[in-house]
Amino acid sequence: MTAELDLAARVVELVRAAAPDGEAEAFVDTTALALTRFANSMIHQNVADETTSVRLRLHRDGRTTALSTTRTGTEALDDLVARAVAATAVAPADPGWPGLAAPAGLDGDSTVDDAIVAATPADRAERVRAFVDGAGGLTTAGYCQTRHTRAAFANSAGQAVAGATTDASMDGIARTGTSDGSARLASAYLAGIDGAVLGARAAAKARAGTDPVELPPGRYEVVLEPTAVGDVLEALAVMGFGGKALYEKRSFLSPGTDQFDQSVSLVDDPVGTGAIGLPFDLEGTPRHAMELVTAGRTVTAVYDRRTAALAGTRSTGHAIGGPFGAIPVNLALVRSADGDSKRPAESDGSAETDGPAADASVAALVAKVGRGVLVTDHWYTRVLDTRTLVMTGLTRNGVWMIEDGEVTRPLRNFRFTQSYPRALAPGAVLGIGTHAVTLPSKWSLSGFRAPALHLASWNFTGGASG
Amino acid sequence: MSEFDTAAAAVEAAIAVGARYADARVMHRRTESMNARNGEIEDLGQAEDAGLGVRALVGSGWGFYAVPDPSPAAAREAGAEAAAIAAASALVAGAPVDLLSATPVTDSWSSECVVDPLSVPLSEKGDLLVNVTAAMHRAGGDQSEGRYQVWDTRKWFVSSEGHRIDQHIRECGGGISTTVIGEDETQRRSYPSYRGQFGTRGWELIRELDLAAHGERIVDEARALLTAPACPAGATTVIIGGEQMALQIHESVGHAIELDRILGWEAAFAGTSWLDLAQLGSMRYGSPLMNIVIDPRIPGALGSFGYDDEGTAAGPRDAVRDGVWVGVLAGRDSASVAGLDYAGSVRSDGWSRLPMVRMTNVGLEPGPHTLDEMIAATDDGILMDFNRSWSIDDKRLNFQFGCEIGWQIRNGRRGRMLRNPTYTGIGPTFWQSMDMLSSETIAWGTPNCGKGQPGQTGHTGHPAAPARFADVRVGVHG
Repeated sequence: MTAELDLAARVVELVRAAAPDGEAEAFVDTTALALTRFANSMIHQNVADETTSVRLRLHRDGRTTALSTTRTGTEALDDLVARAVAATAVAPADPGWPGLAAPAGLDGDSTVDDAIVAATPADRAERVRAFVDGAGGLTTAGYCQTRHTRAAFANSAGQAVAGATTDASMDGIARTGTSDGSARLASAYLAGIDGAVLGARAAAKARAGTDPVELPPGRYEVVLEPTAVGDVLEALAVMGFGGKALYEKRSFLSPGTDQFDQSVSLVDDPVGTGAIGLPFDLEGTPRHAMELVTAGRTVTAVYDRRTAALAGTRSTGHAIGGPFGAIPVNLALVRSADGDSKRPAESDGSAETDGPAADASVAALVAKVGRGVLVTDHWYTRVLDTRTLVMTGLTRNGVWMIEDGEVTRPLRNFRFTQSYPRALAPGAVLGIGTHAVTLPSKWSLSGFRAPALHLASWNFTGGASG
Repeated sequence: MSEFDTAAAAVEAAIAVGARYADARVMHRRTESMNARNGEIEDLGQAEDAGLGVRALVGSGWGFYAVPDPSPAAAREAGAEAAAIAAASALVAGAPVDLLSATPVTDSWSSECVVDPLSVPLSEKGDLLVNVTAAMHRAGGDQSEGRYQVWDTRKWFVSSEGHRIDQHIRECGGGISTTVIGEDETQRRSYPSYRGQFGTRGWELIRELDLAAHGERIVDEARALLTAPACPAGATTVIIGGEQMALQIHESVGHAIELDRILGWEAAFAGTSWLDLAQLGSMRYGSPLMNIVIDPRIPGALGSFGYDDEGTAAGPRDAVRDGVWVGVLAGRDSASVAGLDYAGSVRSDGWSRLPMVRMTNVGLEPGPHTLDEMIAATDDGILMDFNRSWSIDDKRLNFQFGCEIGWQIRNGRRGRMLRNPTYTGIGPTFWQSMDMLSSETIAWGTPNCGKGQPGQTGHTGHPAAPARFADVRVGVHG
C-alpha cells in the first residue's frame, strides 16, 4: 500500500466512524514539482515544492460537499472529516448525486521515470545551459520542469486504486531583434528533453524569421506546426468533447456524424507507454484509451459520473472536479491511415531541419503548398461561440509565406478568427504530418499529442498593425 | 511556535547556508465556492491550504522552495533547500541582482469586512443560488448559472532585513449568467459582469448585488440576442461600457506596464511589452482624458492589501497621467534593474508560489461625462458591454474583444440590440482615440488573472467607467 493510498483509506475510515450512513470518497496526491525559468539567457526564477493534498467528497442525506486540505496530520484529518460532516448537514440538496464508483481494477499503469523522480536543480540547470548554448548567441527565455505525482483514491463503496506518473518538459524561445523562434516538448522521461536540440531549433526559427513583412489578412492555405495544432486540440478538448457541454447543447459535437475530415482520428490515451497522467480519475474511475473520432466520424464525448448520469451513459474516467464537467486531457490527433498504432512516432533530433520548419515532417507538408502560410504557434486563443467553436487568437514565434512548395519570406504575426471544427471538416485537411510531438499543458497533468496539419483554409482577420 | 517563528526559522536557515537575502511567507488560506445551475447545486467546495514558501538570493541567483504545514525542522530544511536551488541558478548566471533598499517594517493589516462570508450559513447561500437560477430557468434561460467564491487568507511575512508583517485579507464575490441555445449559436448574458463582481469585502458585497432582481432581465436579453441583427462590420464610434472597460484596462494597460514583462523576464510565456523604458515619462499612451492610477489602498477593491508579498507598503502611483506613460508595476529586484526608486507590486498565489510582479488595483480616474451624455453626443455608433471573449498579443498591442451585447446608436439615441459585437485595435491608437469618459466609476474585480510558471492566479481590481472611442474596427467574425 502506498502512503497516499493509506492516507485515502484513513480518511474514508474516519468518515465511516463519524457518519456511517455517508458515501465518502478520498483522493490524495503528492506532487513534487520543480521548475527552472530563464530569461535574457540567465536563470531568473527557480522553484520547487512538494505538496500533499487530500480531497474528501461526502454525500449524506441527499446533500454533497467536497473539501480539501494540504494539512495531513492526525488532528488535521479529524478536523477535515468533522468539517465535511458539519457542512454536508447544512448544504443545499443535491438531487443529481450520481453515487460512488464501484470497485474496478486499473486498465494499465502510467509511466514513472526514475531520472525525473531523482532530478535535481542542477539537472534542470544543465538543460537550460544546453538550450542557451544551443541557441548560438541569441537571447533566450523559457523553462525546464520536472514533476512526479503519486496519487491514490479510496471510497466507501470499496474502490481503492493508486498510481504515479512523471513528466518533464521544456519550452523556450530564441530571439533576434525582430523575431522569435520557439521549441517545446514534454516527455514522461527526463532523457526525452534535450536542451541543446530545442535551443538550436528555436534559434533556427528565429534566424529564419528576421525582418518579417506584413501580408494582407484573408483566407490562406496553412501548415500548422505541432505547437499550433496543440492549441487546436486543447480547444476541442475543453469546449467540444466534454459530455456536459454536449448535454447542454453548448458543444459543436454531434456523435455519429462525419464532422471531421476522414483522415483525422482523435484518441484520448492516458495509459499507453510514455503517456503523461494517472490511470484513474478524481472519482476513482479507471481510465483507458478511447477513440473520440474515428476516420472523421465523431464517436463520443467524455464523462464524469455526474454528467454521465445526466446523459444516461457511464463515466469514461475523465472527472476533474468542479462544475466544469469532464474533459479529455490526453488527446492525440492521429492519421486514420495509421491504423492500429494510433500513435504516430514522436519527433526526434534526426528529423530536424535547419530552416523555419520544425522538422522534416513539417517540411514535407510545406512542399505540397502552392501558396500559403506556415504557422509555428498560436497565442491567447479565446472562444467567440462554443456552438461553432469560433476562436480568435494570434500567431506567434514564427510565421512564413509558402510559395510553390518553398518557404519564401517571414511574415509579421496575424490575428485569426476561425472555427476550429470547420478547419478540420471533411475535405479541409490536405495533409497530416508523420511525426507527432507531445506538448506540455499549461494547466494540468496532461499531454496533448499533435502532428503538423496542412489545412485548406484559415481565416486571418487582422495583421500586426490592426 | 508562532507563524512568525516558523518563517524566521526558514529565513535564518537560508542565510546560514550562504544566502545574502531571504524572505518567507507562512500562509493559511480557506476558500469556499458554490455553483448552481437551473435550480440545482452543482458543486460545493471548501478548501484549506497552509504552508511556507521561502525565497533565497545567493549571489545573483534566486531560489524558492515551499512545504505544506511545516514543523520547525521542516521550515529550516526549506530555507536551506531554497538556498541550494538558488546556488544552482548560478550555473546559468547573468547580471548581478540587487534589491531596492527597504526599511524593515513590523505591522499588522486587515481588509474591511462587514459580514464574514464563511460565517453565513451554507443553506442561505444555497437558497440564494438555487432560487435565482430556478427562476431564470423558468423564464427561458436554458442554462442558468449562479456562483460565489470566498477566500480568507492570513499570512505572516519575515525577511532577513527585519520585516515582520501579518495580514488578514477576506475576498468575496459572485454573479449570475444565462446561456440560451439557438439553432446555430448560443447567446449569453450575465450580471453584474461575465464572471461576477469581486472585492476585498465580506458577504455584504453579494447582498448588495441583489442577484434575484436581475435574473429575468438577463434571460430576456439573451433570448432577444438570438434574433437580433449581427453587429455590422466596419469602423465606427464605439462606446464601451464600464464592465468591458475594466478588462480593456487590465489587458492593454495593466499587463503592459508590468516591469518584469518590459525587462523581458516573461518573454517566453506571458510575453513582453510594447513599452520601452527609455520612453517612460514621455511616451504618449492615450488621449489627455486617460489617467491610470496604480492604487492597492482602495477600500473593498479586489487588488487591495496593506503590504505586497515582499513587504512594501501599499501606496498610489500614476501609471498614465494626461495620456503620458509615467509609471510601472514593479518589485524590488526589477526596480533595481530598471533604475527605478519604487516597488510594491509583488504578489504570490499562495505559499507554494514564488512572488512576482502582479497587478494590484489599476484603474482609470473618472472623466467629466456620463454614459447618457456620451450616447446623446453620438450621431452614429455602437454601445457594447459585458465581456464574452478576450485576446491580445504577447506585446499587449493587438487586441480583439467580444462583448455579450451591443446597441446601435443613431442620432444621440440608443437603438436596436446587436448580437455578437466585437471590436479590435492597437492599444495606443485605441487609447488615443478616447474622446469622452464617464464619471460613473466602479472598481471591478478580476479574480482570474493568469501569469507565471508554474501558473499563478491573481486577484486584481480595476476602477473603470464607460468611455467613447473614435474610428474603431468592429464586427470581426469567423
